[in-house]
Amino acid sequence: MILFKLALRNLVGAGTRTWLNVTVTSITFVLIIFMSGLYQGMFESNKRLMIETEIGGGTYWHPAYDPKDPFTLEDSHGVLPTEIAEQVIAGTGMPVLITQGSIYPEGRLRPVLIKGIPPEQQVVTLPTGILSTYAGEAIPVLIGAGMAKTTKLRVGDTFTARWRDARGTYDADEAEVVSIMNVENFQVDQGQIWVPLERLQRMLEMPDEATYVVVSRETSLLANPGGWNTMSVDALTEDFRRIMLTGQASMSIMYLIFLALAAMGIFNSQVLSIFRRRKEIGTLMALGMHRGRVIGLFTTEGGLHSLLALILAALYGGPFLLWTATRGIPLPIDYAEIGMLLDQRMVSVYPAGLFVGTTLLVTFIVTIVSYLPARKIAKMKPTEAISGRTN
Amino acid sequence: MDDNHIVEIRDLVKNYPVGGGHFTALRDVTTDLVVGEFTGLVGPSGSGKTTLLNIIGGLDAPTEGSVTVLDMPLGGKNHKELAHLRREGIGFIFQTFNLLPVYTVFENVEFPLLLIGMAADERKELVDQALEWVGLTDKVKSRPAQLSGGECQRVAIARAIVKKPKLIIADEPTANLDAKNSHNIMQILVHLNQELSTSFIFATHDEKVMGYLTRIIHLIDGRIDEDEHISEPEYRKGK
Repeated sequence: MILFKLALRNLVGAGTRTWLNVTVTSITFVLIIFMSGLYQGMFESNKRLMIETEIGGGTYWHPAYDPKDPFTLEDSHGVLPTEIAEQVIAGTGMPVLITQGSIYPEGRLRPVLIKGIPPEQQVVTLPTGILSTYAGEAIPVLIGAGMAKTTKLRVGDTFTARWRDARGTYDADEAEVVSIMNVENFQVDQGQIWVPLERLQRMLEMPDEATYVVVSRETSLLANPGGWNTMSVDALTEDFRRIMLTGQASMSIMYLIFLALAAMGIFNSQVLSIFRRRKEIGTLMALGMHRGRVIGLFTTEGGLHSLLALILAALYGGPFLLWTATRGIPLPIDYAEIGMLLDQRMVSVYPAGLFVGTTLLVTFIVTIVSYLPARKIAKMKPTEAISGRTN
Repeated sequence: MDDNHIVEIRDLVKNYPVGGGHFTALRDVTTDLVVGEFTGLVGPSGSGKTTLLNIIGGLDAPTEGSVTVLDMPLGGKNHKELAHLRREGIGFIFQTFNLLPVYTVFENVEFPLLLIGMAADERKELVDQALEWVGLTDKVKSRPAQLSGGECQRVAIARAIVKKPKLIIADEPTANLDAKNSHNIMQILVHLNQELSTSFIFATHDEKVMGYLTRIIHLIDGRIDEDEHISEPEYRKGK
């Protein structure tokens, strides 16, 4: 307790030097938490976006379906197994049929995925209901804003769509854009058009067939029903999680640089202290402080830097972090348009472990860099220290 | 150790390594200091005054011989034991004051009491008393940089005396002060010596200090050349 009191007195007495170190350390502390929270927030936000607009509570894939291999699309369709069909009838499953095709907006060829979806579905938040309100002869089409921008299509525009049916015969028809949806998930936007499922089944001569089925968030996934592959939310977001982990690994280099800057400041300050305060150290020894206590005093002084930094960080960083966790940072552009899965506001997520871990890390490093120069004191002769002599 | 003795030194030798050989700072020093003595180590520069003070204060170790301070033989004692001796029984006054620059006058004087773990109210009482002895009750909140040299040395005296130690070691306490301040400081020390029966040992070559001493040990080249007991110091004659 005495060491704590003395260390605090010394720090307060040191004035500007202390506050410079404390400020740099607190900035480091806030930056590390902010950047980690931003990454965590990105992951959580993207996962939520994927769940809401694309994968619901998980999916069943046709055994041949592999979204990373477009060559599998030709064979990845089939009639739903009974267990899955029951979930679809109950409204908790949403079948999607996919085929490759081409569209010709303004006469230009564009390869697309044509996706058939039940317009009345409630499993994902895509505004598919509009597809059932179309009364015209053409194929009603729903596209995303990103797709609309790249193809320059607007609501009411018509274009030719071409595809191959189940027998491999090319077929074509007129399609009309009935709605453009704003969705931040580029994976349901770019390079694809959404049409009513039954219409696509007729076009492809694949009645009652689907490529995959999305189940609602409240529904339990069955284990590989009828040989279809069960894909959980975790499995479907695994790739993204790994990308985030890779990003976090790169970010940790930044954290280390921040920490190194703060640690170097404190280390330099402590080394300088020892040289400038030799006489003081000698006096402390003469007054009855033994070497271990002197080391303890200097280490506590260093450690207190981190405590003061935490308090300062809480004062200005707290409101800032709270703002980023509740309001989020508005992004200047729609990243879905350039193929990035990002919400329009970046809302950070700060788990308690992040605060505890960062606090322990900063305190540990700051204490170590304070202890190392303080340990040198143990080798100093009190008589030389008192006279302020350097050797 | 004799009950009346506060320091016993026997056949003390102190060598310092220099190059391949060594320099002898003290040789065959044997003497005793008695309770309540006002002793001065006097001699030219390099005669071993400060070395002897450092050894008595447990800040340096003898090469040969034995030193016993406040009933504790210093030979073979570790840093913690020596620090304990200084903390509990010895006060130090330095030529350059050695006040802690970021502390106020009150905090500087309070420091030795903090080290011995005294309660806050008791500390305040003793610090106030010590500052009254040295006449600095109006400067409690000042920092050393705001004080004159004489005031700084008075703070250093208050710090040395605050825990009422049995022995005070003062290394050239008036060397950085003018004549008026030197006399003022010495009068304070004489007063404390008489009031508290604290033993003082000075290293000095200041004639003004010598006028207050009741015993003068003359050191030349690390040896005791003369040990002079003075029944009536100069300052009393002048009264």
